[in-house]
Amino acid sequence: MAQPQAKTDALAARVAGLAVAGSGWLGAARRDAAVRLSAMGLPSRRDEYWRYTDPVSLTQTVVLPAALFETADEAPAFDGIDRLRLVFVDGVFDPAQSDDPTLAGVEITALRAAGTTDIHWARDLYGVLEARGQTPVQRPLATLNTAHATEGLLIRATGRAAKPVDLIYLRKSETSDAMVHHCIKVEAGAELTVLENGPGAARFTKVMEVDVAEGGRFHHVRVQGRDAERRAATHLFARVGANALFKSFTLTANGRLTRNDAVIELAGHDGVAHVAGAAMGDGDFHHDDTVFMTHAAERCESRQVFKKVLKNGAVGVFQGKILVKPGAQKTDGYQISQSLLLDGASQFLAKPELEIYADDVKCSHGSTSGAIDEVALFYLQSRGVPRRVAQSLLVLAFLAEAIAEIDDEAIAEDIRSRLEGWLARHEG
Amino acid sequence: MKAVETEVRDGVDRETIETVEAMSGKYKYGWETEIEMDYAPKGLSEDIVRLISSKNEEPEWMLDWRLAAYRRWVQLQEPDWAMLNYPAIDYQDQFYYAKPKSMAVKPKSLDEVDPKLLATYAKLGIPLKEQALLAGVEAPEGGERQVAVDAVFDSVSVGTTFKAELAKAGVIFCSISEAIREHPELVKKYLGTVVPPSDNFFATLNCAVFSDGSFVYIPPGTRCPMELSTYFRINAENTGQFERTLIICDEGAYVSYLEGCTAPKRDTYQLHAAVVEIVILKDAEVKYSTVQNWYPGDENGVGGIYNFVTKRADCRGDRAKVMWTQVETGSAITWKYPSCILRGDDSQGEFYSIAITNNAQQADTGTKMIHLGKRTKSRIVSKGISAGRAQNTYRGLVSMHPRAVDSRNYTQCDSLLIGDKCGAHTVPYIEVKNNSSRVEHEATTSKVDEDQLFYCRSRGMDEEEAVALVVNGFCKEVLQALPMEFAMEAQALVAISLEGSVG
Repeated sequence: MAQPQAKTDALAARVAGLAVAGSGWLGAARRDAAVRLSAMGLPSRRDEYWRYTDPVSLTQTVVLPAALFETADEAPAFDGIDRLRLVFVDGVFDPAQSDDPTLAGVEITALRAAGTTDIHWARDLYGVLEARGQTPVQRPLATLNTAHATEGLLIRATGRAAKPVDLIYLRKSETSDAMVHHCIKVEAGAELTVLENGPGAARFTKVMEVDVAEGGRFHHVRVQGRDAERRAATHLFARVGANALFKSFTLTANGRLTRNDAVIELAGHDGVAHVAGAAMGDGDFHHDDTVFMTHAAERCESRQVFKKVLKNGAVGVFQGKILVKPGAQKTDGYQISQSLLLDGASQFLAKPELEIYADDVKCSHGSTSGAIDEVALFYLQSRGVPRRVAQSLLVLAFLAEAIAEIDDEAIAEDIRSRLEGWLARHEG
Repeated sequence: MKAVETEVRDGVDRETIETVEAMSGKYKYGWETEIEMDYAPKGLSEDIVRLISSKNEEPEWMLDWRLAAYRRWVQLQEPDWAMLNYPAIDYQDQFYYAKPKSMAVKPKSLDEVDPKLLATYAKLGIPLKEQALLAGVEAPEGGERQVAVDAVFDSVSVGTTFKAELAKAGVIFCSISEAIREHPELVKKYLGTVVPPSDNFFATLNCAVFSDGSFVYIPPGTRCPMELSTYFRINAENTGQFERTLIICDEGAYVSYLEGCTAPKRDTYQLHAAVVEIVILKDAEVKYSTVQNWYPGDENGVGGIYNFVTKRADCRGDRAKVMWTQVETGSAITWKYPSCILRGDDSQGEFYSIAITNNAQQADTGTKMIHLGKRTKSRIVSKGISAGRAQNTYRGLVSMHPRAVDSRNYTQCDSLLIGDKCGAHTVPYIEVKNNSSRVEHEATTSKVDEDQLFYCRSRGMDEEEAVALVVNGFCKEVLQALPMEFAMEAQALVAISLEGSVG
């Protein structure tokens, strides 16, 4: 479809100076993405799935500067977990700061190195799930990333990974504009945990494509950095095979603008996919979870659990969909989105959708929004719990359902301590 | 003997099979009244707008209002965001005005109305004789229950009953064309203030070409002495019906209003784009109930009414209250979102809906609750039932503005799927901009419970009956919200609409 001239110009300005396609399989995938992108144009507020989030700061040419954030009040995320550390600085992979990427059961290569080879397993994945995830809802920022990202890792689990792989995104520049694209393949029967933490860049555009083959298990836990001014648009595209498991949890505390898209397809029978998130915002904070869960096979289970705690004008957005395709009988789909508004200035905007074309299914969704329960607060106070402690307890209880989606107890504890820390710092 | 074997295996007796076969695709109101009509020329232009205005003997300001709407409409694009698939509508291939010849000179009373028209309404079970009751309704103890009816046939109002008795209470109930002539001050003050001409494509079209509809004014402190009702009948072929209803419920007043609609079976689609505006002042209450039973098209999706309706109630005063109840069983296409603007403090909006789609029907319907006033309350109960190859979508908005402190919303959307070729969808928008308000939304999708069906079957019911009973149970909360006359009709409709959907 031809785009209006203004849209074409805006796209040309945005991609000017970005990496060109190049050669090899990666070049072909980038060229294909560039063609798709020019047909879509960049997103705007007029698009149905951007009605609650203004994408302008993500699409404009100029990167809005974000002050660096140094802190000593909290250990880095996952510090106590035995893991393989792979470090990016302003979106560029830094082998010097990273651990040696050899890990039993896992192959790790940098996109930069693998892209120039003639053949690679990732050629069947790079841009492929992203392209599939464009229907029925377009996600142009992901296509922009596929067309122009030069950094990222290609991770393939062939057995049970000895320990989690942690992707650490450090930031040294106030105006960095980074695009990172990862491909992860979990082979049949293999198991892998991927952790992610750190702000990434002043403006971070990320895509992670995950293919979980039959009987594979994939766990993903991410902590988006505490930098108050950073902006991020992340995309998770996953295909879940028969009897496979996919689980993803995201903690977002602070950040000026965060848009997390998750596009998941349960492609094989008896698959399980859970996505969850906890978001904490105080003041100038806009956080958007947009989830598209497709049931394309029989007897699959999906869960979406999203909780947001908002104060001082923070804005939380949830757009979640369960699509049950014809023939995906015995589907069990569940979705809950809730927000706790700690004061009168904050906002929660939600669009929890169901689209169902099979009759023998069990699908439900719930969405609630309100203030902290005064009766519960009063009860705790009457038992001698000071008001601020009681408030923290109730907030943590509110978030518990999302955190319960993390299988590894040590990782869940790390997340819990971060939530407690955030609440202590943002009292009153 | 082969047939018998089949029966034994399926556990369905011959009688059931025959009944189902006989009933499938049956639409009770699909007959046509043969009557001579006066048509405006086909198509839409400024001249047609002028013609409709002059046929209704409208004042200049009304014509100007229509023309402004028409000029705006020409610039607009038909919306395509709803989950509806239908061939492009040719707006030039419609008649925008059709009036029975016998109505050329407006009858002074119902006695003068063409007997053919009266017979049409009699056949539909709509009493146009005063003191009569809706067919099938027992008189309550201690007197007869009266319902005043405004009957709209294609583009014109045939007559309104009980006008004199209502006038005694100060209630004005007449056709809108009459109101424009007789009560211009009220019409001028309120028309287009709830649904402005700029509202949306279909509402703008309606502003330009609406031909008739009902007008209700309930004076302050008056409890309308009887239920008011409008019955819409589309009869002429290729004719769009564009009615406009304006209800004003003044301070402390109360009215219960019923709306029914049917159309003959035809193999071409027909357009219906109505607007209903309700103004509710301080302490007033309006109940608006609809049983929409337009011709739904045949089992292959041929013909049927394309129903694009804008309905909105504005609770302008404190403690104003509105309740929308709708049973949507007809129409090939339904695009309808009866909404509540809760402007007054402590005002309340309720929306109860049953939408049933079977065969190739498509419905995209729901509500909007706009909370602007303090301590406003709203409740949404929506039951969508999908069978055959039908698609049924609930689409709704709950918006809590920053000023609407201490407000409440509760939304329950349940969908029931009968068969594996249909679809049920839920698209709620929830916008909360203050923290003292509580918003709760729940939605479920399921199929007819096998255990419940089995239980009914074990008690000797056939499968169709069992499904109808289970579905009626599923719809109970909404059926209970309907006035008695409608509740019975609706209950029967629920069963009829699902005929042929089982097995």
